[in-house]
Amino acid sequence: MIRDTMRMVNLGLKSLMLHKLRSSLTTAGILFGVASVIAMLAVGEGASAETLKQYREMGVTNVLIRSKKPEETQQSSTTSTMSVLGYGLFYQEADRIQNLLPTATVVRVREFQRGIIRGENWSSTLIVGTEVDFLPVTNMKVVEGRWLTELDQQRQTNVCVLGASLAKQLFPLENPLGHTILVGIEDRFEVVGVLQYQGRAASPNGTTLDECAFIPLASSRRRFGDTVRNPSTNRYENVEVHEIKVKLPTMDEVVGAAAVLDYMLKPAHGNKKDVELTVPLELLRKAEETQRMFNLVLAVIASISLLVGGIGIMNVMLATVTERTREIGIRRALGAKKKHIVQQFLVEAGVLSALGGIVGVGLGMVVPLAIEKFFKQNTDILPIHVLLAFSISAAVGVVFGLYPAWRAANMDPVEALRHE
Amino acid sequence: MQTTSERAVIAEFVDVHRHYVMGKNVVRALNGVSVQVKKGDYLSIMGRSGSGKSTMLNILGGLDRPTTGQYRVGGRDVSQLSDDDLSDVRGREIGFIFQSFNLIPQLSVLENLEVPLFYQGRVGAESRAKAEYLAERVGLGGRLEHRPMELSGGQQQRVAIARALMNDPLFLLADEATGNLDSNTEKEILDLFDDLRADGVTIVIVTHNPKVAERSDHTLWLKDGQVEKLVDNRLVDGRLVDNRLVDNRGGAATNGGHA
Repeated sequence: MIRDTMRMVNLGLKSLMLHKLRSSLTTAGILFGVASVIAMLAVGEGASAETLKQYREMGVTNVLIRSKKPEETQQSSTTSTMSVLGYGLFYQEADRIQNLLPTATVVRVREFQRGIIRGENWSSTLIVGTEVDFLPVTNMKVVEGRWLTELDQQRQTNVCVLGASLAKQLFPLENPLGHTILVGIEDRFEVVGVLQYQGRAASPNGTTLDECAFIPLASSRRRFGDTVRNPSTNRYENVEVHEIKVKLPTMDEVVGAAAVLDYMLKPAHGNKKDVELTVPLELLRKAEETQRMFNLVLAVIASISLLVGGIGIMNVMLATVTERTREIGIRRALGAKKKHIVQQFLVEAGVLSALGGIVGVGLGMVVPLAIEKFFKQNTDILPIHVLLAFSISAAVGVVFGLYPAWRAANMDPVEALRHE
Repeated sequence: MQTTSERAVIAEFVDVHRHYVMGKNVVRALNGVSVQVKKGDYLSIMGRSGSGKSTMLNILGGLDRPTTGQYRVGGRDVSQLSDDDLSDVRGREIGFIFQSFNLIPQLSVLENLEVPLFYQGRVGAESRAKAEYLAERVGLGGRLEHRPMELSGGQQQRVAIARALMNDPLFLLADEATGNLDSNTEKEILDLFDDLRADGVTIVIVTHNPKVAERSDHTLWLKDGQVEKLVDNRLVDGRLVDNRLVDNRGGAATNGGHA
């Protein structure tokens, strides 16, 4: 069986070698079809993977409410540089949210920029004042020491937990636990824990969570207050809470909760437009929707290019069958049944497209690498795509080889033998 | 003296008609032909073009079927067989030799020789040994790896003859086997036929060349789709011997003589 198949494939190759140029051109049709399918899918996958990952990391059961600096009118910006700009969320709003959504976990976050000094090492980074539930809501873990506790909040203690990169930067050689760091000019904080490396953004300004220092929200309010000088505008801004993260028990409740929150925030913030509601789940779904559409478009383009390749194969196979009418007659006279003739030409068409498929897979895997290298664009080759492209190409060969093979098999042997 | 009557009948036409419908006309290519080929026969079929030679060849070769009447191969009526079964008859019982050799150009001599056995699922070490033996037998030992294009016409025809013998057929069926060859090569091929004949191979050749025909034992003349006469070439000067042959063949051999 296997030997017979090998023989058929061998025979197919020999017959294809009779017309090297014609065969290679036909193969090229499939080759470029397969290669472009794989390359396009890899680029599409790479582009969307980053976005999807980002949204997933924001937490699909979370609703995020961020304080946003309202757009300033010309007038207000010229009034006085010394006046304090107050906007954003308030501490009490978290309690109201908790009352409205009793099953939700609500976490407040304050963020401000400060310099941190530890011996000779220094870093200007984001200080995050937050609460105990921050860890489960953001899906982060402590690798050393402990996280902030309720007691820390109540006592407003000067303790902090460091992000992985910050810990490395401030304590390149020693274990940071138990050591004291200087935050700002005069506030000393004891390091009680180090977080696991995350590699994702903490806030829109691009600082990663790994570079942040986390302190109790209460301590932050007590030591640093709510008014911060914005270094870019040189203006004082009063923001109580930069972000409230609301984690819901299940994904089903997310959309409803988002609507409730939107309604709740309207009276206080609707006019000032100083808060922004983000629903990662919706963003994720939208991105996935876009991705699906994109994939569909790719699939259509891919099928068209493979269809064109298939037509090429059919064309060549029809020509081959006509050219080799006599051979078909000889084989029939020597005892070949119709099925043998069908097999022979199907194998030939299959070999033609499989060759194109194999080379196409190779090319299709090289192109994304080149794109990654020269255009700095993420690509992602999924094995399933490669398999898909290859099997479609092989199927194309068989499907488009079917009619020519059928025509070959149904020739009258007498006529075929007489054919010049 | 021959013992014709004891030899087995391996191919037999029983009142074979073959009619083609061409538009409104019916062409009666064969119009009631009865003939027997017995084991060891060397029979040639002659006739002008349009006499029904080709049609007879096609039916003998299992490439075509009679419209009415029976064609028996090895005692079995094959006129109503399915396409697949008829293909098997061609593959197992008949050895084709063509005017234009009809080797498959992209295959080597060995591979060409193996084609008939391939369709019987009998390709392997045995088929290779047999191909080597037969190539030797037709005088082409050592050329198994050559391509047909690298051989002369006479050599190609030898390959074709070896190929026709690969499946141990009941009879060889040659269609103008020397038509494309010069007279020297023609003679070599006809000598080879004589050799095979001496080994007991049954040969039927269709030809329009009297020189070829007279090398065979008997010549069957066709005219207008019927048997005109059957000549025994071994008798002096190719004298007409209808009656004797009819006797030899048990009376059922032909309906000729009254065309």
